[in-house]
Amino acid sequence: MPERVLEVRDLQVSVGDHLVAVQDVSFEIGRGESVGLVGESGSGKTLTCRAVLGLLPATGQIDHGRIVLGAGGDEVELTGARRTTWNQVRGVRLGAVFQDPASYLNPSLTVGHQLAEQLRVKRGLSKADAHRRSVELFTEVGLHDPASVFHQYPHQLSGGMLQRVLIAISISCEPELLIADEATTALDVVIQAEILELLRRLRQTHGLSLLLVTHDLAVVAETCERIMVMYGGQVVETGPTAQVLADPRHPYTRALMGVATVGTWQRRALEVIPGQPPAAGEQMPGCRFAPRCRWATDACVAGPVDLGDLGAGRAARCVRVDEALDEPVLEPAREPVREEVPA
Amino acid sequence: MTATQERATVREPREEVPPLLRVTDLSVSYAPPRTGTSLGTGAALTGACLEVRPGEIVGIVGETGSGKTTLARATVGLVRPVAGRIEFAGRDMGALTGRALRDFRRTGQVQLVFQDPLRSLDPDLTVAELVREPLDVAGTLPRRERQERVVESLRLVGLDPDAVLDRRPRQLSGGQRQRISLARAISTRPQLLFCDEPVSALDVSNRNLVLSLLDRLRTELGLAVVIIAHDLSSLAGIADRVAVFYRSRVVEQGPIRAVLEQPAHPYTGLLTASAPSVRHEDRLRPEQLRPEPGGRAWPAHGVCVFAARCRFAHDACVEQPSSRPLDPPHESGREAACHVAGAWRDRLTNPHPDHQEEAS
Repeated sequence: MPERVLEVRDLQVSVGDHLVAVQDVSFEIGRGESVGLVGESGSGKTLTCRAVLGLLPATGQIDHGRIVLGAGGDEVELTGARRTTWNQVRGVRLGAVFQDPASYLNPSLTVGHQLAEQLRVKRGLSKADAHRRSVELFTEVGLHDPASVFHQYPHQLSGGMLQRVLIAISISCEPELLIADEATTALDVVIQAEILELLRRLRQTHGLSLLLVTHDLAVVAETCERIMVMYGGQVVETGPTAQVLADPRHPYTRALMGVATVGTWQRRALEVIPGQPPAAGEQMPGCRFAPRCRWATDACVAGPVDLGDLGAGRAARCVRVDEALDEPVLEPAREPVREEVPA
Repeated sequence: MTATQERATVREPREEVPPLLRVTDLSVSYAPPRTGTSLGTGAALTGACLEVRPGEIVGIVGETGSGKTTLARATVGLVRPVAGRIEFAGRDMGALTGRALRDFRRTGQVQLVFQDPLRSLDPDLTVAELVREPLDVAGTLPRRERQERVVESLRLVGLDPDAVLDRRPRQLSGGQRQRISLARAISTRPQLLFCDEPVSALDVSNRNLVLSLLDRLRTELGLAVVIIAHDLSSLAGIADRVAVFYRSRVVEQGPIRAVLEQPAHPYTGLLTASAPSVRHEDRLRPEQLRPEPGGRAWPAHGVCVFAARCRFAHDACVEQPSSRPLDPPHESGREAACHVAGAWRDRLTNPHPDHQEEAS
């Protein structure tokens, strides 16, 4: 494993009146590695990444656990960090981009001003140097005509361009880790592919580590080396992306595969995961996915299920993980459901 | 007619049925130019043609600002076209003005469903009131039958009326809210449902649920449905035809599977190549379709709308091609606005990396 950039241990986050929304989450990210965090809304994926960024909502708090950025001499414990610590970490060693880029930029300042400001405040560059570096960064993130983009206001740029601006801002201080929370969800597929490509390139050129939070399994499949599937506030499966997607061991991962974008253009019955995910803080003695799981048995709901190690960096939180469950993962493409359309 | 021919004709779009909605050469501009000039800078839709038949699902794809929503708004009469015709059930909608237009809208024969139900549903109304409102506006159904229709509509979208009738939008999940929007839209038993990104705000599972529901509704109610969506794969699961929009123009349309499997317009090719997938199969990569760096500069007006982003742009592209039917072997009913429709595939230079390795 390469040098560690982020370590999260036994993280538990609660919201509101002690409703446990994230529990028992542990993972590590190495330098240059990209990890995808996938799950439905309410699975705790966003709270997990907000905890790492120290941006939990006012009602949220970390009950216990450790979040450590960096390794060796640069190690910083982020749980319970003071404001001064956060100021040295956020935007400097930790970068972040979110779903709606327009709402993270000041509409009354040019985008160049907002990038240069970051460089002047956090890196102490002179005005001229900050301008020069800003244009370089805009070039690097693939903005067309960067010198004139510098003088434009957010409303003059498209969503894809704004996301590039935000990426430029978040990598301006050479962070160790970039967190992208649904960063491409609001973009159309062509721009999404371009942004994902940009993130891949930045990982190579800057040795940047990436934590990609998304509900779209296909995006993780295209971008991340490792995957963590979250459900009901817990990590239910983790491992190298290729292996997990080729042979998912948790029924929820299988279910997600069923509803994911498969890149076929055939008429077919669209799969649905029946039921609703548990609400935050819902008390369940056993597996949280059991009520929606087609393979659930009495043993599943009897008591807590541990994240069982499967070797080769893989783990799954399932009682029946060692059994060969029936049903192929991806059903062969079916014949069109209905050829005739009523006249 | 032989059996094979018979089977072949079943797959054909039902051309014998007259279209419910026929949009011909529709142009819309939000900053109308002076009379007699070109469309000006505010052109949101240029020469769009689209037909939708009863019981058919037509998908619309394209990037932000390509005119998808403008088409929806023009169809329901929220914006006035600069040129072109919109015929609904044989009636020219452009001829409707003032009271006639208002009366038509109130009948609820064409309904629009929006992307974000939390913003399009009145937060102060209960589900019962929300679904009932279009019926009260239409006023065609006797009062006592309206409540029954509300209950029936909720059942049609797969919700338990007793559980949701007294709730307000914020007390429901995202998927449930979007189904309430649908129940509201179908309560007047429309003939055409225009869904503007109905699933973009939903999780994959709920996305598939709502799309399957639309698929079922068109069969049960004989609805014509137009769906604006980003997720090509889910759309391909339920739609019959697709229209691809780019910069205010329909650049390609036809049967959805044929269009997405064998794109004729380079932009459609770029779209399908860019769609993420959990499977890594042999397909075009976006890099193969992007223009090479340092390509020629194209003037802003008059040229093909896609020229600046097209790898295959050449001299002929200084003129915007009109949408033309594709010749066989392409499936019938396909058309594209490209000078080298389909033929650009032969010009793909760099093969798939896997193939390259095999060759070397």
